Amino acid sequence: MSIDTMELDTAEKIAAMPIDEIDVSRPSLFQQDTIGLFFDRLRKEEPVHYCRESHVGPFWSITKFDDIMAVDTNHKVFSSEAKLGGIAIQDMHSVEGALELEMFIAMDPPKHDQQRKAVTPAVAPSNLLLLEPTIRERACQILDDLPIGEEFDWVDKVSIELTTMTLATLFDFPWEERRKLTRWSDVTTAAPETGIVASYEARREELIECAMYFKGLWDQRVNEPPRNDLISMMAHAPATKDMPFLEFLGNLLLLIVGGNDTTRNSISGGVLALNQNPDEYRKLNDDPSLITSMVPEIIRWQTPLTHMRRTALQEWEIGGKQIKKGDKVVMWYLSGNRDDTVIDQADRFIIDRKNPRHHLSFGYGIHRCMGNRLAELQLRIIWEEIHKRFAKVEVTGQPERLYSTLVRGITKLPVRLHAR
Amino acid sequence: MVKVTFVSSDGTRREVEIAEGETAREAALFNGVPGIDGDCGGACACATCHVHVDPTWIDKVGRLKEGEAEAELLQFAEGASEYSRLACQIPMEAAMEGLVLHVPAQQY
Ligand code: HEM
Ligand code: FES
Repeated sequence: MSIDTMELDTAEKIAAMPIDEIDVSRPSLFQQDTIGLFFDRLRKEEPVHYCRESHVGPFWSITKFDDIMAVDTNHKVFSSEAKLGGIAIQDMHSVEGALELEMFIAMDPPKHDQQRKAVTPAVAPSNLLLLEPTIRERACQILDDLPIGEEFDWVDKVSIELTTMTLATLFDFPWEERRKLTRWSDVTTAAPETGIVASYEARREELIECAMYFKGLWDQRVNEPPRNDLISMMAHAPATKDMPFLEFLGNLLLLIVGGNDTTRNSISGGVLALNQNPDEYRKLNDDPSLITSMVPEIIRWQTPLTHMRRTALQEWEIGGKQIKKGDKVVMWYLSGNRDDTVIDQADRFIIDRKNPRHHLSFGYGIHRCMGNRLAELQLRIIWEEIHKRFAKVEVTGQPERLYSTLVRGITKLPVRLHAR
Repeated sequence: MVKVTFVSSDGTRREVEIAEGETAREAALFNGVPGIDGDCGGACACATCHVHVDPTWIDKVGRLKEGEAEAELLQFAEGASEYSRLACQIPMEAAMEGLVLHVPAQQY
């Protein structure tokens, strides 16, 4: 069966489809950004929906806010375990020749809890406060170098650069080589079909190179007095200093991957949302203190990870449907974030919401995003500095979107800056 | 109404009132007490309503129970202690009149 047809679904066509035949796993729906119409239908007509046949096999879709919350907080029934398929709609495969990296996002307790506890202090709020001045200084530099009045690609020049810069700051990574981090993040999540790596062997080679590089940084920091970068912290903290190397690498890459595409696309998504909602842009320019509530609203609006997946360990009922042991259950955060029975006017981007953090983009329960305050911190700094410099970041052409069912990404966003 | 006092990390005390049947999370949020975020809406799912119960009150309020959702979440919170609880899991009943809760410097 072919993965996908690239044919554009019109609103009429989507409304007329038999509900049983809806398959929201097709990456083109996300690239063409018609996916919202499918989720609107599912939430209304069949909020817990079974797709019998797709390129990723049969799966359940959970589309309403409260049902998603119920699954996400029930880790005893809904497992994240990599060996059962892991956390994405596409099963994590064991592939011959691939380097198996263990990451606690795809583990159940007790192992998940031990590993997360060991790594958490690195991104604890009090540690972030220490890093904020450096992140801000480097963000200013990136923004100061941008051309005024000329068209350029915001994704490449700002979103990727800022995200890479933050990661480099967190790890105190050699500055000139910082784009290696972006590359390794892409490689970690890459399968050969994506074109990012030529083969699993090639991926393995690059990850070994990455491992050697971090080993070098670790060896250097373990022999120096403790500092507040993440590698030094992990090399000195009792909970992590004796971690087997592959485990350390897995955790490190999880921090890089977790914070890379997600933050990048939130930075791009915010610019797009403000341009599509000029009244909101005006509100922001009149009162920059709204950045505090705008940041979580951008993260809700973008929903950088469209879903997380679980595997049922036993029979369970959700929304009147009987989930069987071993079934694949997909929590569509992108849909739950548009559920207007929980979020007021959920289909509108509103930068001064009363309860802006009540969204699903970071998940809930024991796997709730460990970097959620760091992600917000980065976005807050960037918007504060953008506001000081530019009256408007004007989108000048059509955005291009990523062909992916998991990462809700913007790959190209032409803009022009207006000086303040 | 039940009276409850929130003590910030800088020592500021705020005495507020809340209707019986609400939780300590609402007592903070409805009265504008800073430092309690409560992102998940009180579903015991986010750990951003972390408080330290005053030691004189801990036995009345009750401690975390190992294996329960609240303890599972709080194990990852910065500065969690034997007095840690989630405010959304503390129901404000008449017996809680005068309760004292300490708000950590940072949530999460
Ligand atoms: C806007 C940006 C971000 C979004 C939308 C996001 C989203 C998510 C989501 C949906 C999960 C899984 C939640 C669940 O299964 O319930 C997660 C987990 C995680 N995220 Fe993020 N994330 C972001 C930024 C970051 C950053 C900057 C870091 C780096 C520190 C990070 C590190 C992690 C880690 C380590 C986990 C695994 C937690 C666990 O399994 O216990 N994330 N994130
Ligand atoms: S409000 Fe989320 S755990 Fe209490």
